[in-house]
Amino acid sequence: MYQTIKFTIDGKECIAKKGQYLVDAAKENNIYIPTLCNVEGVKPKGACRICTVKVNGRLMTACTTPVAEGMAIENNTEEIIDLRKSIVELFFVEGNHFCPACEKSGECDLQALAYKFLIMAPRFPFQFPVRELDATNPKIVKDHNRCILCKRCIRVIKDEEGKNIYAFKKRGHKVEIIVDPESADKFTDELAEKSMEICPVGAILVKEKGFSTPIGQRKYDKVPIGSDIEKVTKIKNEVL
Amino acid sequence: MGQKITIEPVTRVEGHGKVTIHIDNEGKILQTRLHIVEFRGFERFIQGRPYWEAPVLVQRLCGICPVSHHLAAAKAMDVIVGAGTGEGLTPTGEKMRRLMHYGQMFQSHSLHFFHLASPDLLFGVNGDPAIRNVIGVALEHQDLAVQGVMMRKFGQEIIRATAGKKIHGTGAIPGGINKSLTQEEVDSFLKGDDPLNIDKMISWSKDALKFFKDYHKTHKSIIDEFAEFPSNHLSLVRKDGALDLYHGVLRAVDPEGKIILHDIDYQDYNKYIEEEVRTWSYMKFPYLKEFGKDNGWYTVGPLARMNTAEFIDTPLAQKEFEKFKAYNNGKPSNKSMHMHWARLIEILHSAEKMKELLSDPDIQNGELTTKGTKKPEGVGLIEAPRGTLFHHYKVNNNDQIEMANLIVSTTNNNQPMNNAVNQVATNVMTSQPEITEGMMNAVEVAIRAYDPCLSCATHALGQMPLEITLYNSDDKIIDQKIK
Repeated sequence: MYQTIKFTIDGKECIAKKGQYLVDAAKENNIYIPTLCNVEGVKPKGACRICTVKVNGRLMTACTTPVAEGMAIENNTEEIIDLRKSIVELFFVEGNHFCPACEKSGECDLQALAYKFLIMAPRFPFQFPVRELDATNPKIVKDHNRCILCKRCIRVIKDEEGKNIYAFKKRGHKVEIIVDPESADKFTDELAEKSMEICPVGAILVKEKGFSTPIGQRKYDKVPIGSDIEKVTKIKNEVL
Repeated sequence: MGQKITIEPVTRVEGHGKVTIHIDNEGKILQTRLHIVEFRGFERFIQGRPYWEAPVLVQRLCGICPVSHHLAAAKAMDVIVGAGTGEGLTPTGEKMRRLMHYGQMFQSHSLHFFHLASPDLLFGVNGDPAIRNVIGVALEHQDLAVQGVMMRKFGQEIIRATAGKKIHGTGAIPGGINKSLTQEEVDSFLKGDDPLNIDKMISWSKDALKFFKDYHKTHKSIIDEFAEFPSNHLSLVRKDGALDLYHGVLRAVDPEGKIILHDIDYQDYNKYIEEEVRTWSYMKFPYLKEFGKDNGWYTVGPLARMNTAEFIDTPLAQKEFEKFKAYNNGKPSNKSMHMHWARLIEILHSAEKMKELLSDPDIQNGELTTKGTKKPEGVGLIEAPRGTLFHHYKVNNNDQIEMANLIVSTTNNNQPMNNAVNQVATNVMTSQPEITEGMMNAVEVAIRAYDPCLSCATHALGQMPLEITLYNSDDKIIDQKIK
C-alpha cells in the first residue's frame, strides 16, 4: 500500500504517493509543470531543465525529484517563469527553428511553450549553427537543425527485444541522434510514426506525411499546452 | 548637358524598384530602365529540404498572393508524387484548390484595383498626391472604398476556409488537399449576412466593371493610348481554349493574335522559354526561345489571358469578354491600361466560379489526396493574379529538393514593364524644362498597370517604395525625388 504524503506547491496543499516524481505529483494535484524531455512512464532524464522548480529554496528538476513529506515547492513564481522562459529561448537560439515552414508547427511542444511564455524574441543572440538534414533513412527525415537532444527517441523507441533504435553519435556540441544501423531493419512504420509523435519538436519527421493535418485541427490549435491539466483545476475550483 | 532621372522608390506596387531615365542635351530620352534592386535567394535555400515542405515554404516569398506560390509548388509536387498534372487529383482535391485560387484571385485583384490603381483613375495621373491614394479614395468615394475592403475580406475568408489561414496556410499538399468544407462553411459564403455573401460579391464585381467602363467612355486617351505598344502575350488556357486560371496548356499569341506557342504541355516549358540575365537588374528577362531575346519577350497577366483565351466558361464574365473583344476588333489588346479592364472581368469570373464551386457537393465530401508512381522532377504552373507563375523542382532519391527554378509573373512582365516605362517617359518627359511630380507618377502608373510584385519577382525582402533620380551626362546626380 502506498504511503501518502503532504507537500505544498506555491502554498497550495497537495497530496501525493511517497516517492512519486514531482512533475507527476503536481499533475495529480491539477498543477501544470512544463516538460520537454520527460515522457510519462519512462525513466526521467532531467535533460531539458524546463521543469525546474524551487524545492525548499533550491533549484531542482521536477521530473527527477521524488516528492517528500513537507516539501515546499515554488512553481509559478516570477523567478521560475523567467528561468523557464530563458531555457526556451536558449533552445531557439541554439538551433535553427523556423516555425513557418515546419510541419510540426501547431503540434510542437517547444513552439507551444514559446506561445505559453509569450516569447516575442529571444534575449540571447542566434547562433545559426550549420547542421544537416539527414533524409537517407527510407522512413524518416532527421532534421538536426531542430533537435534539442532530449533523448526521448532514444529512451522510448525500442524494437521487439527492447533494444534501442536511436542512439547518440559524435560528442560535445556536435552530438546528434542517429538510427542505430544495427537496428535499422527492425525500424517498422509504426515505430517511425511513434518517433515523430514522441519528438517534442520537428526533428523526426515521417516521410511524405507533412501538413496532412489542417490548421485548426492540430494539437495546440485549440488549447494551449498544459491547459488539459490547468483546465481541470479551474473546473474543480468552480465546482468547489 | 545630358541628364539621368531616377524614380526611386516606385510606390503603390508590391516590392522595391527604381526607374532611371537618361536624357540628352536636347531633352531627348536616351534610355529608360526599371531596375529591381532586391535579392532574396529562395531557389537556393530550399535545396536539401523535403519536397513536401515546398508549398508551405516557398509561399513565404509573398504576403499578397502566397496562394499562387502555394498552389504552383503543390502542382509541381503532384507530378513528383505521381498524382498527375492538374487533372489527376480527386474531385475534392482539385475543386478545393480551385476554390482557394479563385478566392485568392478575387482578393488580390480587388486589392489592386480598389486600393492601388483607383486613386489614379479617380483623381487623375496629375492629381494632388496628398489625396491621390487609398485614404483619398476612402474619404471621397466611401462606397467604392468599402466595396474594395469587403471584397478583399470575402476572398480572404475563402482562403482561410480552404487553406486554414488567410495568409500562408497549408491546405494544398502533394497529391491533393488536407481538408474539405463543412456545410456551415459553405452556407456562410452562399447565404452569409449582407454584404459577405457570394451574390453580393457578384453584384459588386459587376458594379466595378460598370465604374471602369463609364470612366473609359470619358477618358479614352488614357485608357486606350497610354503605354500602348505591340507585345506577345502568354498564358495557360484550358485545352478547349477557355480561360482557366488554375490549369491548362501554355499558349502565346503575337500582337496580331496569331498563335506562336501552340498549347504546349508546361512540363516541357524549358524547351520553349529561356531567361536572360542583365547586369543592371536582379530580375531576369524571360523570352520564347524560338523568337530570340529581341522578339520573343511577352506579356503575362489579366490582359494576356484575355488575349490568349477564346472564351470564358461563366456567363456574366463571358458577356464582358465579348464586349472587350469587340472593342478591340477581335484582336489582342496591346494597351497597358486595358489591364485594369481585364482584371475586373477576372474578378467577375472568379466570383462566378466561387459560386459554382461552393454549390458543388464534392467540396464537402470525397477523397482528399491521390498518389501514383513517383518522379524525380515536376513543373507546376498556375495563372497567378499577375500572370503565369512557373515552379520547377528536381528531387533526389531521398525526397530532398535538389533544384528549384521559379519564374514569377512579374519576371515574365519585365520587358513589357520596361517598354511601358520607356514609352511613357518618352511621351511625357521629352524636351520638358522641368520634371514634375505628375510626370513621375505617369511613369509609375504604367508600371502599376502590371500590378508588379517586385518582392516575388526577385524572391526579395524589403520595403515597398520607388525613387526617381536625375543625372547629367557625367552621371552626377542633379535632382532626386523619393516617394
